[in-house]
Amino acid sequence: MRARKVAAVAGALGATLVLAGCGADGDSGGSTRGADGRGPITFVTGKDNSGVLPFIADEWNRAHPDEKVTIKQQSDQADQQLADLEQHFQAKDPGYDVVTVDVVWTAEFAARGWIVPLTGRHTLDTRRLLPATVKSATYNGTLYAAPYGSDGGLLYYRTDMVDSAPTTWKELLGNCEGRTAEGTITGDRPACYAGQFAKYEGLTVNAAEAINATGGKIVGSDGRTATVDSPESAAGLDFLVKGFKDGYIPKEALGFQETQTVNAFRSGQLMFMRNWPYAVAILDGKDSKVAGKYGVAPLPGPAGHGASTLGGHNLGISAYSEHQATALDFLRFIESDTVQRNNLTVGTLAPVLTSMYSDPKLVKKFTYLPDLLKSIETAVPRPITPFYPGVTEAIETNTYAALQGRTTTAQALKDMQAAIKSATAGG
Amino acid sequence: MAVAGHTERRTAEEPGNDRRRPSRKGRAPRRGARRPGEARTAYLLIAPAVLLLALVVGYPVLKAVYQSFLTDPGLDRATGMFDSGGNWFGLHNYTHWLLQRCATPEGGWTSCPSGALGSQFWGSVGVTVGFTVVACTLETVIGMVFALTMHRAFRGRAMVRVAILVPWAIPTAVTSKLWQVMFDPQGVVNKLLGTHYAWTSSLWPARSAIVVADTWKTTPFIALLILAGLQNIPAETYEAARIDGAGAWRRFTNVTLPLVRPALAVAVVFRALDTLRMYDLPKILTGGSNGTTTSSVLVVNQLTRGANSASALSTITFVLIFVIAFGLVRLLNVNLFGARAKAVS
Repeated sequence: MRARKVAAVAGALGATLVLAGCGADGDSGGSTRGADGRGPITFVTGKDNSGVLPFIADEWNRAHPDEKVTIKQQSDQADQQLADLEQHFQAKDPGYDVVTVDVVWTAEFAARGWIVPLTGRHTLDTRRLLPATVKSATYNGTLYAAPYGSDGGLLYYRTDMVDSAPTTWKELLGNCEGRTAEGTITGDRPACYAGQFAKYEGLTVNAAEAINATGGKIVGSDGRTATVDSPESAAGLDFLVKGFKDGYIPKEALGFQETQTVNAFRSGQLMFMRNWPYAVAILDGKDSKVAGKYGVAPLPGPAGHGASTLGGHNLGISAYSEHQATALDFLRFIESDTVQRNNLTVGTLAPVLTSMYSDPKLVKKFTYLPDLLKSIETAVPRPITPFYPGVTEAIETNTYAALQGRTTTAQALKDMQAAIKSATAGG
Repeated sequence: MAVAGHTERRTAEEPGNDRRRPSRKGRAPRRGARRPGEARTAYLLIAPAVLLLALVVGYPVLKAVYQSFLTDPGLDRATGMFDSGGNWFGLHNYTHWLLQRCATPEGGWTSCPSGALGSQFWGSVGVTVGFTVVACTLETVIGMVFALTMHRAFRGRAMVRVAILVPWAIPTAVTSKLWQVMFDPQGVVNKLLGTHYAWTSSLWPARSAIVVADTWKTTPFIALLILAGLQNIPAETYEAARIDGAGAWRRFTNVTLPLVRPALAVAVVFRALDTLRMYDLPKILTGGSNGTTTSSVLVVNQLTRGANSASALSTITFVLIFVIAFGLVRLLNVNLFGARAKAVS
């Protein structure tokens, strides 16, 4: 009896497995039905650390009682968000209607056919948006996603230690001389400068900023030919490499992601910090030792201001969604003044609407807005390529080796060039 | 867990096997079965289990092996879109990893440059094997000390046993986070040692951190298995040894060690298999940076870039672990019999 029962269960289980296997291979069809479909939608996005989602859900649901939005929050780690999206898209899950896509994933998602192009019936008006953010949502000349929030790097400095923000690297180092600890964070003196130098996506952001500041280019204008091995790139990367060698960047920074950088600056251990605007809220917070004692400025460069790397997120409509017409309305709603203003005032997320940056009321409250606009407008996007994971690995690995002194700047760039070439060739 | 259950079953059957060993070759047990239907009933009884294993183990493994011979989706330069992949690719996925050959934009092959995943294969194998050798050695030595401590009767023994077992009860993810906090540059490890290492962001400190965390967590496992072995040694053996004038060290090397060896061998094999497929600890503690990318971490990193190439990589890893484990079992078995013979003489 028992054995037969087990056998039955095993059989049923096997049948399910086989069915699941077939399902994955079968064609989903229904894309035409999906394109005009209306109904409830699910909005998949990273964990809401800034508390803006309840407002978005309430506003939308009040206006659309028949097409309510359900919000699914993922983890707050970017690589876990990406893995979650990839799994659901590979399974052609119609349960994910609108998804939040980091600017650097947009090209890959588009090339895999996971998000629908915003053309024809799906056209989205982009005239009121910051051009840099629209570019980040564009692949192969076609808009694939709606800019949701932007981001640009800023220099945070201690107003109790310097009178004004340095505009060049030389000025920055001059400010540090004699006032900072060298090589490591110890005792009472702060270290000079830190950004995000752990081996992860943030390192690509920081390395790209240094390389772009001196006129180096990671990839050519076609977005895939590797052009990083140049004297200009070497000059930029050297600012970071020398930082660790000469001690103006503490060696602890080799383990810094955004959070660790903010924590170090907040507890008075850094004189200068490179970070995103979100740090403002934390630095003004209760346990901050630098509240009221810091300022925000555009990033410095070799001669005058440097170039930020463009950050931010876009919203895409899943190709497997059955309610794409509703999803498109939701995208338009996300670009509205109400939502974008709330994102800024509640969550200090950088808006994508140009008008927000000159709104007198907002500028009065968020004094860094003009600097942030400058940072975003002059920002250089990271390579827009469907092979981005391989490209960023090439940049991270070789930059990290150079920062640790395990290889020279020249060799690191040479390897980086070869690895980007190989990554964009698909292997 | 499956492995553990499997081995237990085997151990349980052993006495029966031993008795039949002489007649095993000529399928004698089946022919010698008393009732004619007995064998058929036996097959029927194990059929569900075999079927279930075939479905949940056999099917994915075979599918992965099959996929490892197929291409991953490639970019169509004209449309800018990915094709669906899945064409026959022969052994290219394997040569990519084993010979570290990467594709060039011109369609040819070149040796993988630093920063390409392909160039990390042999490094990750070295790291994995290195971790296994160092961590298992440390765990065995410390585990032996723990087991001997737990074996002695003394006041507060129950407390010591619980204290030693606590690390084993904590999930690895939590362990990893715990050690990450302690190994922070401002963390307790540097404070205690009076050093300023950036533990998780330089090569050897990061590797040591992994070994320390792994040893801390899994030594109790080895200690527990050794303790079980110790408790099977009859007290008379020690008495006899003492009467013969053997000192404490002599009793340890000549009585304890040979008799506890079977249990020790099982513990070491289990630990070696565990460490060879280590993923969560380095993934969380160091993110795989600073020379701590194990084979399993590499497989998962590749998975998002191309599942078929990842299948080839996981097949290679599987074969590698299998070969090492097989060698280890053979090696320990040989020693084991040798030791038994010595103990008897």
